[in-house]
Amino acid sequence: MRGLGKSLASVVLIGVLLGGLWNVVVPSRVDAAEPYKIGAVFSITGVGSFLGEPEKKTAEMIAEEVNKKGGINGHPLELVVYDDESDTTKCNLAVKKLIKKDEVPVIVGPIRSGETLAVVSVVEEAHVPLISCATSYKIVTPIESRQWVFKVAASDAHVVAKLFDYMKAKGWTKIAIMTDSTGYGASAREEFLRLAPESGITILADERFGPQDTDLTPQLTKIRSTQPQAIVNWSVGPTQIIAVKNWRDLGMDSIPLFQSHGFGSKKNLELAGKAAEGVMLALARVNVGPILPDSQPQKKAILDYTKAYEDRFKEPISSFGGHASDAMNLAIAALQAVGPDPAKIRDYLEKTTKFVGMHGIFNFTPQDHNGLSKDDLEMVVVKNGDWALATW
Amino acid sequence: MIYALVAIGYNVIYNVTEIINFAQGEFVMLGGLFAVFFVGTLRLPVGVAFFGAIIATGCVGFAMERFVIRRARDASVLSLIIITIAVSILLKGTAMFCWGKDPYVLPAFSPGGPILFGGAAIQPQALWVLGVSALIVICLTLFFRRSIYGKAMLACADNPSAARMTGIPVRQMVLLSFVLSAAIGAAAGVVITPISLMEYDRGALLGLKGFGAAVLGGLGEFHGALMAGAILGLAESFCAGYLSSGYKDAVALVLLLLALFFKPEGLFGSSEAAKLKEF
Amino acid sequence: MSRKDWGIFLGTMLLIGIFPWLVKPFKAVSHYIDIMVFAGIFTLISIGLSMLMGYAGQISMAQAAFFGIGAYTSGILTTRFGLNPWLVMPAGMLLAAVVAWLLGIPALRLKGHYLAMATLGFGVIVHIVLSEEVNWTGGPSGMADIPSLTIAGARLTSEIAYYYLVWAAVFLVLLFCFLVLHSRVGRALRAIHEEQTAAEAMGVPTARLKVQVFVLSAVLAALAGSFYTHYVTFLNPGSFNLMWSIRFMLMVMVGGMQSLWGALLGTVLMTFVGNEWLQVFADFEILAYGAILLVVALFLPRGLVSLISQGFGSRKVRPSLADGSS
Repeated sequence: MRGLGKSLASVVLIGVLLGGLWNVVVPSRVDAAEPYKIGAVFSITGVGSFLGEPEKKTAEMIAEEVNKKGGINGHPLELVVYDDESDTTKCNLAVKKLIKKDEVPVIVGPIRSGETLAVVSVVEEAHVPLISCATSYKIVTPIESRQWVFKVAASDAHVVAKLFDYMKAKGWTKIAIMTDSTGYGASAREEFLRLAPESGITILADERFGPQDTDLTPQLTKIRSTQPQAIVNWSVGPTQIIAVKNWRDLGMDSIPLFQSHGFGSKKNLELAGKAAEGVMLALARVNVGPILPDSQPQKKAILDYTKAYEDRFKEPISSFGGHASDAMNLAIAALQAVGPDPAKIRDYLEKTTKFVGMHGIFNFTPQDHNGLSKDDLEMVVVKNGDWALATW
Repeated sequence: MIYALVAIGYNVIYNVTEIINFAQGEFVMLGGLFAVFFVGTLRLPVGVAFFGAIIATGCVGFAMERFVIRRARDASVLSLIIITIAVSILLKGTAMFCWGKDPYVLPAFSPGGPILFGGAAIQPQALWVLGVSALIVICLTLFFRRSIYGKAMLACADNPSAARMTGIPVRQMVLLSFVLSAAIGAAAGVVITPISLMEYDRGALLGLKGFGAAVLGGLGEFHGALMAGAILGLAESFCAGYLSSGYKDAVALVLLLLALFFKPEGLFGSSEAAKLKEF
Repeated sequence: MSRKDWGIFLGTMLLIGIFPWLVKPFKAVSHYIDIMVFAGIFTLISIGLSMLMGYAGQISMAQAAFFGIGAYTSGILTTRFGLNPWLVMPAGMLLAAVVAWLLGIPALRLKGHYLAMATLGFGVIVHIVLSEEVNWTGGPSGMADIPSLTIAGARLTSEIAYYYLVWAAVFLVLLFCFLVLHSRVGRALRAIHEEQTAAEAMGVPTARLKVQVFVLSAVLAALAGSFYTHYVTFLNPGSFNLMWSIRFMLMVMVGGMQSLWGALLGTVLMTFVGNEWLQVFADFEILAYGAILLVVALFLPRGLVSLISQGFGSRKVRPSLADGSS
């Protein structure tokens, strides 16, 4: 038995080794017209996978569409995707691989702020432009050490500013916030605390919780005792749903509840069920294509994307896929204009303006590698289990 | 709370084999997810799904013992630990495959809103959690104290060779303990999912905290586990309320460390029994 | 040390030394240098773990925590206080040593499962502290723009420079550990692993020795952490969680707990597997790790090194160290 076991183990390990060598030794296809490559790093597995999966699918869908139409100026588009497994070390290696082994002229992703920050130094050294789908403002600030990094997601500062505008319009100036202890929640919390004073908003309670917490009633009860006029919950994953349910169950639904834009997917609405009625959030327009007014310039692009994605993958779209769409389309536009030269692509991106995307209309400058503002967000409210534009 | 049930699961296996099963938390996760499958995909009523999930997870426990643990009977403690860790990773990975990475929810066992109780709102589901836990503890205590099988299982833990000599089929007992422990874990998982949802990577932290409760209550003592679970749950909420909410998870772990260092037999175990056990 | 040991030592050093020049010209594998840098960093950790697990026979699931302590100490002291990274490294190692000592004294009295759980719990607590203490650590958003190491004013950012730096450290550490193992201390350690009560009866100060090895493993992990910090220039708690502790254990086990070379081999192999070869199985990674861990634990408890040495038929494999009671 032992002997059999040893042989089995040896076979398994050798199999793994061979699998690896296969990867290295087998040459990749050689195309007639040299393919244009776009490198991509997504968190396909790991904690960020619910972000990464729709982004990967979107990117692949767009690449296929482009190739169906004959590629970019006749060159087939080759999308090289690596999984960073929601881990900074692997992301670092993945980007290095894209640059060295695959020699891509532009990289899309990563999708999380932590991973992006881990690879900033890599692309700054290697002079390869990176279009991140993550939100932290640190990704593009300080601009002097972010010459090659762009991001297509609205910063938390934009979302917070939008929320504050809405709250002030409604006369709610004393609020409570609860955030989770992930990068997502933590960076938003920083923005809330930073922007509140200058916006005339007072934060009465500042609660935090873990992303795997199963019960948020302690935090909500504490919040209730401070008697705020509105509550903001900022988290991803199941805690968003739990927050809504607990809020409803504790009978606190007379205090308006705002969620982060991470809540903005149909799945979350399903999971939260009736409890989510009346919850508000500042959302990128990609999520609410159908209810936008026809005069909205982004509407057509959004509806096209929505239809294409939902037909293909039979699941509702999400914000995150929208980021990938924007990043890909920007990269493709750059490749089309200036070809696969990293420096030229970077320069082209910096000059791109009035680019209609899923998350807004991008206006990049050499100083602003984000290109969005709070006007690219829409206030929505949950009505009858679906989104509706909030009334100001 | 739920930690009590997880702790009981640890206790069952420990009682029989002196093994700590790192995959215990995964049983809880599987219970919840299996129930989701039964309710969501097969559209069975929740009650049936409850038992279905328990049986399904029990089978997993069966497989785990039969194919893995049995093979490792004579391995070192170190290897055993790593083996149960490996199984827990495998279970997590398989769950990720089957159910994806999303959280899932179950409808509550009984309809109705929360019961307001002097300022605090109690979910009816929470009462189910308490009820199920209490029921399981009672059944198990009866089983181990009164029934022949139960006593046989305890004998195996104390001294497998002696037990074998008296004709107790040690292998079967070990198998049974795994199945039982898996079933209990599953029950915990199903009962908790309506309140706090379930996803594929919930197992690890639950397992760890459950172990904390098990040690705190005294490994092998069932009512100890129940009390310890309650204490742990209260301590957590307390911490969330008065100290930083984020440190809540650490509470269980610090208690665990303290217990291990200073009172390994737990609050309710007897110290003579502890001296006999190898810590 | 025997001539054969020296032979292996120098031979491996040579191999590692010329590796970069072998792969650099080939585009498809030139990034292997980067992978090897990480492998080197991880090897520091696994050597420590191997000393602890394989020779002293104690388990620790907290290596990632010590890795993190070293990493964050370096990060915080260099970004907040602008101290020289080289001077800060010993600080991280010292902190890890103190913590390990404090933890080790009560913890190493426990055995087997209890020790495992205790170290596991400790590891998770450290991870939580790293995530929670936002003012110090930047919390989950992480800490960015950490300065890199400099030698005589030149910033060490290229992989090749880092590669040689890290692997030089590895070989120095290996040398140190080999010397320890061949001394009285080493023999005492092996005695403890085989049969602790007997060792105690013979006057071996088991408790003290166990703690010392634990501290050593923590210090090595912290050193690795400092190297990591200044290489990636970004930290977040996600790189120091339980999964990583398990990965380090896996590296040691796959290679062979009983042998420091096993630790090295296992680490390099698993780093490549995890980052390069299993890319094919991206989604499967969790499953693959679990499967490999299971297979190795069940069938190959002495790791790959035992396969190799049995293949050469040379070294007599010591019979009862990995199996049997501990």
